[in-house]
Amino acid sequence: MSEGIFDKLAPLKASYEGLRELSPRNPFGVVIERPLSATVGLIEGRETLLFGTNNYLGLSQSEAARDAAIETVREMGIGTTGSRIANGTFSLHDRLERRLAEVFHRRHAMIFSTGYQANLGTISALVNKDDILFLDADSHASIYDGARLSGAQVIRFRHNDPADLDRRLERTKNAPGARLIVVEGIYSMTGNIAPLKDFADVKKKHGAALMVDEAHSFGVLGEHGRGVAEMQGCEKDVDFIVGTFSKSLGTVGGYCVTDHDEIDLMRLCSRPYMFTASLPPEIIASTLTTLDEIQSRPELRRQLHENAARLHAGFRKAGLKTGDFISPVIAVTLEDVPQALKFWNALLEAGIYVNLSLPPATPDNRPLLRCSVMAAHTAEQIDQTVDSFARIARELGITAA
Amino acid sequence: MSAPTPNASEISEIIIEKLLANPKVPRDINGESRIVEDLAFDSLAVMNFVMEIEDTLDVSVPLDKLADIRTIDDLAACLYELRKNQG
Repeated sequence: MSEGIFDKLAPLKASYEGLRELSPRNPFGVVIERPLSATVGLIEGRETLLFGTNNYLGLSQSEAARDAAIETVREMGIGTTGSRIANGTFSLHDRLERRLAEVFHRRHAMIFSTGYQANLGTISALVNKDDILFLDADSHASIYDGARLSGAQVIRFRHNDPADLDRRLERTKNAPGARLIVVEGIYSMTGNIAPLKDFADVKKKHGAALMVDEAHSFGVLGEHGRGVAEMQGCEKDVDFIVGTFSKSLGTVGGYCVTDHDEIDLMRLCSRPYMFTASLPPEIIASTLTTLDEIQSRPELRRQLHENAARLHAGFRKAGLKTGDFISPVIAVTLEDVPQALKFWNALLEAGIYVNLSLPPATPDNRPLLRCSVMAAHTAEQIDQTVDSFARIARELGITAA
Repeated sequence: MSAPTPNASEISEIIIEKLLANPKVPRDINGESRIVEDLAFDSLAVMNFVMEIEDTLDVSVPLDKLADIRTIDDLAACLYELRKNQG
């Protein structure tokens, strides 16, 4: 008899069932019944503080962007029904691409229907089986998937380690093919910030191209919010910046910006760009609006950094294990999965929603309680969260009573 | 003068020695031990372990090569070939 179609999922089923036995709630199935504001949502019928979204500037609840979306839906309808290279290009798509290029001080921009597709579509258009890709070991799944779609040879280097990248590039110096290095600005699990300036030096030394995914850093870092490359003064050395609209911009979609004029050729060979419906007009209109808000309200970034520093300091003072970087992603590292499940459930019962991140999606096979700070959080909301973390950590014996 | 290039069976020994440094790895492994099934490594653990071996042998293993590797000897043969070609 042939194998059942789902037989291969038996190990996954066993580990999922094991997890469910330890947790009264499904950590992968939390339902936010509705947001009451940027920072408070209704979960299990209770008002719950949202510390597990990527809504860094609170703009998913922007009134101006909502009005722009409503007006556009009335004028243009709800969708394009086609891909960009068929019937799916509206004047709004061109407008957003021109606006993004302007914001990043680049010659070109190309937009995708999701951030995931932006990585898939950019990487697979830039390299093929004759080329070599160098990926940070902690890269997001969309980067690994883009690498597979490209067919390029993939070499991992140690997380945030330019010297290790340098050694690996050196080892392949006699191999044919182009070289593309891919790193992220802020790593989404831990909030680690990349030493981009050092990576840029390594890329120049070896004549490679450099792509940076600023998904979590756009709107957040740099004097004008352009991300880690702006913050570290090395934008000129970054060939391609990829990002998403679904974090600080509050909508959905992705982009690649560059000064390379070959971008119009990328539109003709990037399958995740060509073979999917383009973004609906109301999403483009609301993204254009939140892009304006990011530029016209620098105080949001300042508040975000103050809030991130407050949460980070609070966790440190409570004796919890967090990373050294202060970014809007602040993760508390725990020892094992049962402990993490207890902690996460207790937080939700205390009215605080954070992300539970489990191995193998986390670095070093450790579970994480991943918090995302917003500019919209008040000092009281942050302090309440720190107090709940501290109390639960004591109760579980993680920190001294 | 550089050290002589180790052959595949010497590389296999180097791998086993490195694996045994981890107390969680069974003590009775040999070249025919299967990395995933016998050592209980998940895909991330395999990738991270290969990174360590890469540094010891000064070679880089493209990820697609790992898909065909089942045993310690397979990994040794792969590293030997890559080292020969990258040298």
